[in-house]
Amino acid sequence: MTKKIKNLNLNFGPQHPAAHGVLRLILELDGEVVEKADPHIGLLHRGTEKLIENKTYMQAVPYFDRLDYVAPMNQEHAFALAIEKILDIDVPIRAQYIRVMFCEIGRILSHILNVTTQALDVGALTPSLWGFEERETLMTFYERASGSRLHANYFRAGGVHQDLPAGLENDIAKFCETFPKIINDLENLLTDNRIFKQRNVDIGLVTKDDALDYSFSGVMIRGSGVPWDLRKSQPYDCYDQLEFKIPIGKNGDCYDRYLCRIEEMKESVSIIKQCLARMEKGPIKTFDGKISPPSKAEIKQSMEALIHHFKLFTEGYRVPKDEIYTAVEAPKGEFGVYLISDGSNKPYKCKIRAPGFSHLQSMDYLIKGHMLADVPAVLGSLDIVFGEVDR
Amino acid sequence: MNNLTDLEKKINSELTTKINKTSINHDQIFVEIDKEDLIEVALFMKTNKDMKFRQLIDITVVDYPEETQRFKIVYLFLSHEFNHRMILSYFINENELISSLTSVFPSANWMEREVFDMYGVNFKDHPDLRRILTDYGFEGHPLRKDFPLTGHSEVRYSEEKKKVISEPVKLEQNYRNFDYESPWEGTKYIKELSETNDKKN
Repeated sequence: MTKKIKNLNLNFGPQHPAAHGVLRLILELDGEVVEKADPHIGLLHRGTEKLIENKTYMQAVPYFDRLDYVAPMNQEHAFALAIEKILDIDVPIRAQYIRVMFCEIGRILSHILNVTTQALDVGALTPSLWGFEERETLMTFYERASGSRLHANYFRAGGVHQDLPAGLENDIAKFCETFPKIINDLENLLTDNRIFKQRNVDIGLVTKDDALDYSFSGVMIRGSGVPWDLRKSQPYDCYDQLEFKIPIGKNGDCYDRYLCRIEEMKESVSIIKQCLARMEKGPIKTFDGKISPPSKAEIKQSMEALIHHFKLFTEGYRVPKDEIYTAVEAPKGEFGVYLISDGSNKPYKCKIRAPGFSHLQSMDYLIKGHMLADVPAVLGSLDIVFGEVDR
Repeated sequence: MNNLTDLEKKINSELTTKINKTSINHDQIFVEIDKEDLIEVALFMKTNKDMKFRQLIDITVVDYPEETQRFKIVYLFLSHEFNHRMILSYFINENELISSLTSVFPSANWMEREVFDMYGVNFKDHPDLRRILTDYGFEGHPLRKDFPLTGHSEVRYSEEKKKVISEPVKLEQNYRNFDYESPWEGTKYIKELSETNDKKN
């Protein structure tokens, strides 16, 4: 007698806590082994690219905060750099240090969230409680510089919106002294933890070739042993003047990616320290009145400044006809902006290249043959945030 | 190939008949081809030992509704080995079918699904061409320039039917598209000066 066995289809998400947002994953199971995974995305699609086409360049910046909302300023950076390259603007050195510093703060924000929630997914609660306290401190720095904890809207083409408030530099320096201890604590909890290793070592293996074929970037490609970091290979702003190391994984599994993230946080702390040490008083945005608004004091005295201010906040600046792709090393990988300007005050086309999109695409390849319980572990190490995947 | 100009020469000499135009701008090489040659050119760029464009970064479309060849299909490539970026593009008509790159780059799968979803461009030989970002049962292609920003339909929970329903968009206030571009023509000599400056840029 033969029995017919049917594979089980399981709907994972979109309201599952381990789905990291609004992922609907349709799994085909043979017993407990995953045969096929079909991610359904788009539940957080807001039409960012369409909206940007209908806004002036300055009004488009806040949309970038809402993509990867875990590390908002890193996205703004890509957009600011694209406009700067087209307009050929020089950014004052202090502004470059401020931007790089906040990008690294964003990297720490993102990596804390990822490392601790990955631990949460495989059963460890404590790391997230410890990590989120630090995230709160970092978000206070965001707030003090830009006025809001998450949606900063701080970077501008030609610099940053305003200078750092008094005392912030000292507080960030203090944080850099205490934070390495927290990383150590997290490592004590996780790195040699038997359960954590059992759940992550040799899970979600990616070979070098597949990492390239599936358009991986960031930690996903470095974890597989490809030495590639845009901060080193195509340096932007002042990254070429700073000293830092790029951690590379060996096996390309979830555990190596976790180790890479931990090491990257340590490097970020060192970059922040270097930025603070080199930062000198000076201008924080370009003086070109056609691009960046004049100071309040100037507006009171100069007719020219008043006109510039009025024109900037109504018409905005115009960007000459051009086509460009700029990418930055966001915490999750290569975040790029493909911008087509047509000489008007609005972008003609602004395609956003989100790293999470191509990472999530490979879910089927990564999870095939794994057990159902490995799905959250792999998903956690992909570092998915739906703001950027769905756009 | 460590130098972009050498790379440009190499591309032109190796693929003479397939390349329509090349240029270098912002440290990136822009290559224009015909749509028939896509697979061949992409495969060549991927495997050639002097180019090694191993990674497909993204696929996108630019919509020019007033042109006869309405869509410009854009492929972004990255070569880790030589640290170069290439932007490959070609133009197609509205209803033309184009070949899928999934056989060369598996990551093209979702990117092409997104292009199909957002612009309604159809791919042949694509393994799984479904909508990806928009809702189940969505109609239209949102990123086309003739698709309104407010969309055609909106969803709400209906108390009578006890379920989420979709209705045509009803705006309490018309969508206002402020045109802030200055209507002020300015003095003639200044206008001419700024126009010549624009050309220089």
